Amino acid sequence: MVPRNPGVRVMRIGVLALQGAFAEHVAALRAIGAEPVEVRLPADLDGIGGLILPGGESTTMRKLIHRWELRGPILDFAATGAPIFGTCAGMIILAGEIAGGEAPVLPLLDVLVRRNAFGRQLDSFETELAVPDLGAKPVHAVFIRAPVIERIGPGVQVMAQLPDGRIVAVREGNVIATSFHPELAGETRFHQLVVDIATTQAGSTQAG
Amino acid sequence: MTETSTWATKKGLAQMLKGGVIMDVVTPEQARIAEDAGACAVMALERVPSDIRANGGVARMSDPEMITGIMAAVSIPVMAKARIGHFVEAQILQALGVDYIDESEVLTPADERNHINKHDFKVPFVCGCRNLGEALRRINEGAAMMRTKGEAGTGNVVEAVHQLRDVLAAIRRLQGMREDELFVAAKELQAPYELVKQVAADGKLPVVNFVAGGISTPADAALVMQLGAEGVFVGSGIFKSDNPAKMAAAIVQATTHFADAKILAEVSKGLGNPMRGIEMSTIPENERLASRGW
Repeated sequence: MVPRNPGVRVMRIGVLALQGAFAEHVAALRAIGAEPVEVRLPADLDGIGGLILPGGESTTMRKLIHRWELRGPILDFAATGAPIFGTCAGMIILAGEIAGGEAPVLPLLDVLVRRNAFGRQLDSFETELAVPDLGAKPVHAVFIRAPVIERIGPGVQVMAQLPDGRIVAVREGNVIATSFHPELAGETRFHQLVVDIATTQAGSTQAG
Repeated sequence: MTETSTWATKKGLAQMLKGGVIMDVVTPEQARIAEDAGACAVMALERVPSDIRANGGVARMSDPEMITGIMAAVSIPVMAKARIGHFVEAQILQALGVDYIDESEVLTPADERNHINKHDFKVPFVCGCRNLGEALRRINEGAAMMRTKGEAGTGNVVEAVHQLRDVLAAIRRLQGMREDELFVAAKELQAPYELVKQVAADGKLPVVNFVAGGISTPADAALVMQLGAEGVFVGSGIFKSDNPAKMAAAIVQATTHFADAKILAEVSKGLGNPMRGIEMSTIPENERLASRGW
């Protein structure tokens, strides 16, 4: 356990736990002293300061989000300004447009995303990636049947690109998405960014 | 600096499948039903285990044309089975570009001593196990995902429960041991010491562990999830039930909400008959698929 200052409120961050690698995000949040909350039903969103959408199969998550009526409550939660962070399948779920014509699920990012953009599992890879917003140290990025972003809207900031220019991490306001899996490589700086945004946002809500 | 098919990507795909249901399918149409129901992957094969059991004869890798037909039909990962020790079937499956190979006891073994050297391949492998020692031997050979075998094609969850409990109990025993006791533990498990030591320290297998063999209702799926499975394979249980689309969707819901009895009650309603099922004592020892693998 990370020692905690009893005077400081620990930030509770939700992790969508319908399917996929949610346990890895839960572990990453614990490692930085935040309190993870597994989200399976709309009521689980109560009292959290941010939400992470994990990697997994986007088609499966899409079904479960609709079946358990999570779509409206998550969009409402995002509208409060709380941070939302999607990795891999989570990026697909957040995209405003999906190449091939699949309907968007939670269109919070003004981007066009392509699923399985590198090919099948045999084309999965890992690499070192510069993410200037997170500091000079590169991110060790694991890409698994990963999507890429093919087009961004005017409000979207590119956080990382592959050497060939393909966009693999973006931010639009308080919504962040990566094609790769920081949670598989012990990388916690994205999670810290989520906690920091949630903390700032909680402070401003209280003040306002 | 950029590397494909690393241990992290092989093991990582299994991590992405967690909390999900992998369904056996024999046609592109079934694959689409599985994907629509929320399957996180499909296993392409020629006959489901209950038919393999009924038909007898030698069960082999499926026709590559059938496998590529299923790969073209869905966007979720596609797995396919090779016979135990049949590394050429595995080479063929890798050439087809399948996402995972199952070196499976459901097919007739091609080698009664050796398994495939899975380190030689770029495609990741899942293997079956009945106990911790068998799991660690497979991981030592390069398996990037495990599944307990259960008893495929029976529709009877009893072996799946037994084996999962055995694996997890053995891990708990290792956690309670002194470091100097792990050497003998490795000998008794017939498993490599380094892996035994790692499991004792982590309290879990070094790769994702699903349950297979006998899951045929939403309650069965939730049972193994509550016991500690990280996801489920459903073979004959879906397309041998009265209403495959409905049963498939219900098992997906139950795997997500495995600890919520109210939801389990809701999704279990009106599914029609599950597959008929076989009582274990009626299956002679030499016809049990789980005993294949060494």
